Amino acid sequence: MNDAILTVSHITKRFGTIVANEDISFSLGKGEIVALLGENGAGKTTLMSILFGHYVADSGTIEVFGKKLVEGSPRASLKAGVGMVHQHFTLAGNMGVLENIMLGTESLTCLKSNPGKAKKKLNALMERFGLTVNPKALVKDLSVGEQQRVEILKVLYRDARILILDEPTAVLTPQESDSLFETLSHLVKEGLSVIFITHKMREVLAASHRCIVLRRGRVVFASETCKTNAKTLARAMVGSDLPKIFRQRQIPGKEVLSLRDITLVDKNGKKSLTGLNLSLKSNQILGIAGVSGNGQSQLADMISGLVPTYEGQILLDSKVVSHISPRRMITEGVGRIPDDRTGTGLISDMSVMENVASKDYGQFPFSKRGLLQFKAIAARANRLVKKFDVRCPGIDTQVRQLSGGNMQKLILARELSGSPRIILANQPTWGLDVGAASHVHRQLLKAAEDGAGVLIISEDLDELFQVADKICVMYHGRLSDSQDADSVDRAHLGLIMSGQAAFHDGEKNET
Amino acid sequence: MDLMGFFMETGFWMACIRMATPLIFGTLGELICERAGVLNLGIEGIMAAGCMGGWMWVYLGGSLWTGIVFAAFIGAVFGLLHAGFTVFLGLSQHVTGLGITLLGSSLSAYVFRMLLPKATTPPKIVPFQALEIPFLGDIPFLGEIFFSQTALTYLALAAIIFVAFVLFKTPLGLALRMVGENPMAVEAQGLNVFYLRTLAVCAGSAMMAVGGAFLTMSAFDAYYIGMVNGRGWICIALVVFSSWKPFKALAGCLLFAAFDAIQMRVQQQAGMAIPYQFYLMLPYVFSIVALVIMSRKAAYPNALLIPFRKGER
Repeated sequence: MNDAILTVSHITKRFGTIVANEDISFSLGKGEIVALLGENGAGKTTLMSILFGHYVADSGTIEVFGKKLVEGSPRASLKAGVGMVHQHFTLAGNMGVLENIMLGTESLTCLKSNPGKAKKKLNALMERFGLTVNPKALVKDLSVGEQQRVEILKVLYRDARILILDEPTAVLTPQESDSLFETLSHLVKEGLSVIFITHKMREVLAASHRCIVLRRGRVVFASETCKTNAKTLARAMVGSDLPKIFRQRQIPGKEVLSLRDITLVDKNGKKSLTGLNLSLKSNQILGIAGVSGNGQSQLADMISGLVPTYEGQILLDSKVVSHISPRRMITEGVGRIPDDRTGTGLISDMSVMENVASKDYGQFPFSKRGLLQFKAIAARANRLVKKFDVRCPGIDTQVRQLSGGNMQKLILARELSGSPRIILANQPTWGLDVGAASHVHRQLLKAAEDGAGVLIISEDLDELFQVADKICVMYHGRLSDSQDADSVDRAHLGLIMSGQAAFHDGEKNET
Repeated sequence: MDLMGFFMETGFWMACIRMATPLIFGTLGELICERAGVLNLGIEGIMAAGCMGGWMWVYLGGSLWTGIVFAAFIGAVFGLLHAGFTVFLGLSQHVTGLGITLLGSSLSAYVFRMLLPKATTPPKIVPFQALEIPFLGDIPFLGEIFFSQTALTYLALAAIIFVAFVLFKTPLGLALRMVGENPMAVEAQGLNVFYLRTLAVCAGSAMMAVGGAFLTMSAFDAYYIGMVNGRGWICIALVVFSSWKPFKALAGCLLFAAFDAIQMRVQQQAGMAIPYQFYLMLPYVFSIVALVIMSRKAAYPNALLIPFRKGER
């Protein structure tokens, strides 16, 4: 393109021995939307972080509006007209919207800040781009979609001409995503240019003019979006054809887990779960969709026994469980795959072997007369590492040295090896590449075939459509009726996820 | 015996405000550091250094006000040391802070003994004298309590207003508060997280040292080892008590000083029936109780204790 306003030439960046970006070159034209596509770890975020000055490239140059960009300084990038909307928002939750936007725009030696003037400018921007948000509100009180709007406004407030968005739709409902892409097309009509990072094919095809695919730090494919298709892009991303997942319909067996009218009040007196009903049968995979933060983690914690104070009843095999504790739930056969792998899933400073034994270290044959039996523990660890294809130098390796995919495989190995009756998987493929994710999906499907009831909580609708038999939606601590995954409509689920459609059949929505 | 009669005395209330002064400086200093996301457990040692340094400056012939400036300078140097370890190198703020406290306390004792090896009775200086403000000081009771203090006490009260203004009304204050909430947000807006945090730690430490200097240069006229006597730790508790707000910090300092003043009076009046250590303990017990009641819902600055490392993932 001859009217390129941003030119990236031969960027290479290494972290230690890992090559994150290798010899990357591309350009961006005025009024253009470019999608940067790739799996996790392909180097997309690193590349954009170099553009925005968080990192310094080892070699290569960046030119913005014909001038060489000073690297390693977000200040220089902002000045050159490059703004970034980070995947993990760079906002301070305890502060107001206006404060977050004004930060850094006034001279630090200035004696008095001028919020009135800033507010005027912000209001003008909001009107011009149709992005409304209350400038006085505290950021933590805003929804995720609104917080993202604040991030975009923050960039526009700095008069950026080039917008970089890192996985902007990862936390949005389908409707919120649609409205984001509307905003983006509005922006490019005004002459701005946009680069957005994603790994969702649908978004690339719907919203971008051009797409660039990264794999293992290199540009492996670049094309105008209208000249390509999803299959080509997927192959470029993964490097081979995607492994197919076969879901064999199972006939659900008897009920293994049932929740009746569960209400949970958190320590601030706020209801995090409200009148929740759920039924899970053996051989069944039940998917719970919804934007995170709507009570999913509380639900998972409750079923794992981590939060014992709730109202309502939990039934395991149709028997009411009166007292729940993490230990009790383990002995009842609940296998727990938590969303926070290194937080509550694994102990990252301990070895693979110790982590495998962390549930039943006290039982024969792993413990005899109060002493750990390392031979037995090591034997099992070796067996499981092999069976679940956990790639590690040895079972003495510290878990923190494993990749996210291998950590997840290790958790699966530990949780599935005891043939649990109930499996609770919270965001099981979050942050995993396609290969590792499909491994996780196969294992969960196999567990369901073997008779377990599987509960999958996920923000990724595609994932749920792929593996779940039934899908329900969580919104504001409530759970909608479950529907057959084969017959339910994506747009309808999206409406429930944003609270715009009824939760239960024949009910008018309250909110 | 009328135990509580002293509540009516102006002397008691004047003592309260006088005793609150070093706490105000210390608490404000710690508050600035923590607002910027750096816990400064060096406060006890920095106060000791200011306490000795300011006094020694005057004893060796400097004027009182340059002594205060010198104390502040010493504090800022210790702050720079703390910031070097915790901000630039990202080391544990707890360990570094305790190290600074040990260094500051023992270094001031060492320098004192080095410079004055033969002193047996503590040598004295002429400290700040009470400075009565015209007209305001003539108001009965309140005027006497508030406006017949020494200059440093007025400075402390002014510092509260100044710190509150800077933190909440200036762009610098916004950046300082933000760097304690989410340093990444500050970096993404093109500001330098390291410089901001270092600035906050140095400024806060300078204030702590002035608080220490008050002890030898205003409240008393001599230096002895161990003079700070846990006031730094109390300041750390008072910061939590104040929910990181300058004016609430003033209330906390006054409350603690009042407990301390009460304990001294009660000690004098109650006689020997109860060991005096019991009374010495009382203000601390009260402050713990107050802390428990007030700070159960304390909202810490989100990035407190978390080092920021640029360009890492």
